[in-house]
Amino acid sequence: MALIEVNDLYKIFGPSPKRAIPMIKKGMSKGEILKKTGCTIAINSATFTIERKETFVVMGLSGSGKSTFIRCLNRLIEPTAGEILIDGQDIMKMDSEKLREVRRYKMSMVFQNFGLLPHRNVVNNVEFGLEISNVDKEERRKKAEDAIKLVGLDGFEESLTSELSGGMQQRVGLARALANDPEILLMDEAFSALDPLIRTQMQDELLELQARLHKTIVFITHDLDEALKLGDRIAILGPDGRVRQIGTPEEILASPADEYVKRFVQNVDRTKVISAGTVGGHAASITYPREDIQAAIRTMERHGTSSVFVTDHDRHLKGVVTIDDAIGLQKKGEKDLGTVINADVYTTSPSTPISDLLATAIETRYPIALVDEEGRFQGAVSRAAIISEVNKGYEGSDVEQPQTLSELQDAQDGEE
Amino acid sequence: MGFRDLIDIGGGFETVVNWLQDNLGWLFKVITDTVNGMLDGTEFVLTAPPALLVIAIFAALAWYFAGYGVAIFTFLGFGLVWYMGLWTLTMSTLSLVISSVVIALLLGIPLGIWSSKSDKVWSVMRPVLDFMQTLPAFVYLIPAVLFFRLGPVPGVVATLVFSLPPAVRLTNLGIRQVPKEIKEAALSFGSTNRQMLLKAELPVALPTIMAGVNQTIMLALSMVVIAGMIGAGGLGNEVLRGITQLRIDVGFEGGIAIVILAIFLDRVTQALGERTK
Repeated sequence: MALIEVNDLYKIFGPSPKRAIPMIKKGMSKGEILKKTGCTIAINSATFTIERKETFVVMGLSGSGKSTFIRCLNRLIEPTAGEILIDGQDIMKMDSEKLREVRRYKMSMVFQNFGLLPHRNVVNNVEFGLEISNVDKEERRKKAEDAIKLVGLDGFEESLTSELSGGMQQRVGLARALANDPEILLMDEAFSALDPLIRTQMQDELLELQARLHKTIVFITHDLDEALKLGDRIAILGPDGRVRQIGTPEEILASPADEYVKRFVQNVDRTKVISAGTVGGHAASITYPREDIQAAIRTMERHGTSSVFVTDHDRHLKGVVTIDDAIGLQKKGEKDLGTVINADVYTTSPSTPISDLLATAIETRYPIALVDEEGRFQGAVSRAAIISEVNKGYEGSDVEQPQTLSELQDAQDGEE
Repeated sequence: MGFRDLIDIGGGFETVVNWLQDNLGWLFKVITDTVNGMLDGTEFVLTAPPALLVIAIFAALAWYFAGYGVAIFTFLGFGLVWYMGLWTLTMSTLSLVISSVVIALLLGIPLGIWSSKSDKVWSVMRPVLDFMQTLPAFVYLIPAVLFFRLGPVPGVVATLVFSLPPAVRLTNLGIRQVPKEIKEAALSFGSTNRQMLLKAELPVALPTIMAGVNQTIMLALSMVVIAGMIGAGGLGNEVLRGITQLRIDVGFEGGIAIVILAIFLDRVTQALGERTK
């Protein structure tokens, strides 16, 4: 079961907002409804699920209702209609007591402008949530100190938050949210108020933290690059408060659902997002020592390649054998290909973005092998595949493409 | 009968005051006793020890909160008051101020909190506060005397009415100005209303509330002097004597003592406000 399930959620601001829902369903536009009822639609029929331990990014420009959306999840803003199930419980039906429980133990929030208490020092700020949940003093301090270590703020426990830089203040906000070890982390444009260098650094640290802590993170942002970097899946909100597309970063880049999303993603550096695994794929391999030279040559002939990967019987990559070496060996009458296995082959994980492979792809003679964390062979990505993927990103965009001299001359002749 | 006699505004007020006097006498008796108790208590604490000791304590307080400059001023200033023979009168003025300010804050801060939580309450509170603040101070003295006779108690009541508004206003303002994200943060961690108020709103609003406390004290001091007209006692009497007998010396000495007291109270409470930031 998914951790968070949002079904047909609406949030409408204005007088008697429920009146607007039938109008939305009839397909009236935002402007018409505003004119008729004075109501503004912030969230329009949002339906999706958020899985345990995933980072789910909600992306939209300002006015798309993303901040409203995250506040519906913990009911800082009351949704107008719909259902929000957390662990199967509808939080919209909870009384204030039950809701407080959820807020105290199940989810914590990190704010754009930090929302820290100016009269408290760092450690007391981090303790705040625990204090609210009536955790006793000693345990509170211990947990707060652990959280402070986690975000790398040790040594600053006694500083006033106003003495800290923006990045440090947001670390305090993050530590405060982590202190009571919630399952869900709600992050509302958490890094948007930071300057770009610090923002990138915080993103990296969040990824690191997430790799260790495995929280379920709902992250709101207006920055597509941030969304693509952090999100396991991304929901793109349109200006009408409607979810335009939900998918992994690669799905969204590779097949935008509509014009709106397409316009959004066209300026993204695809090579930073498209991974080697997507571009590459199955590649011929033989198992050593079960198969011999003869098998290697046959495999290469069948696939029309000049080299073949060699793995052991556990699919661990051992190296590559080229057609020249194999034929040379065959002429000498050898059967065992152990002597010509060349381990000098580049390997990478399927999740590596292709931008990181560009330089290697140009230099290497063999395809780049894809291996998983245990070193097992998964396939390969060829130089041609990488270059053609990079090139795809520029099609249709207004990047100046080089032209041949003859083309230029033809164009000039045409004008005369 | 003229047009203006159709609705008798002044007469209306008179009727209300008379009705209150006839029917709520017991309430005024309770208030009188309470206020008298407070006044006697504070005055005793201030005047029982030797003057020099009290002056030294004031100077020490000033030093602790506002630094040595204010401490030196306090010591010399109150020394001058003592030298002029106005020590006892000044202390009874101070006890009038303290009593009215304590009551004003006990009423004003909760009213301010209530106003900040509800726009409806605030929309009623605001015109009442405007009325209290802009009605000439002397006008309070009349009903105060009718309800509480002459003496220090009506002085305290009139002072209370005059000095209450800034406490309400600035508490309301302070809480309303607490950044939305801080309120949201407190809520998102599961605060109850009480936790929200005590752990987030009041501490964040404290500097503003302290500014209100400072203003309340200063307004109380100015009103306490006027209340000398209804026999509130203290330095107000002295100044009034200076006016009625055209005695420049008496008037000026009383005036200087008031200024010294005012500066002492202002600097110390302002410094107190700074420390809460």
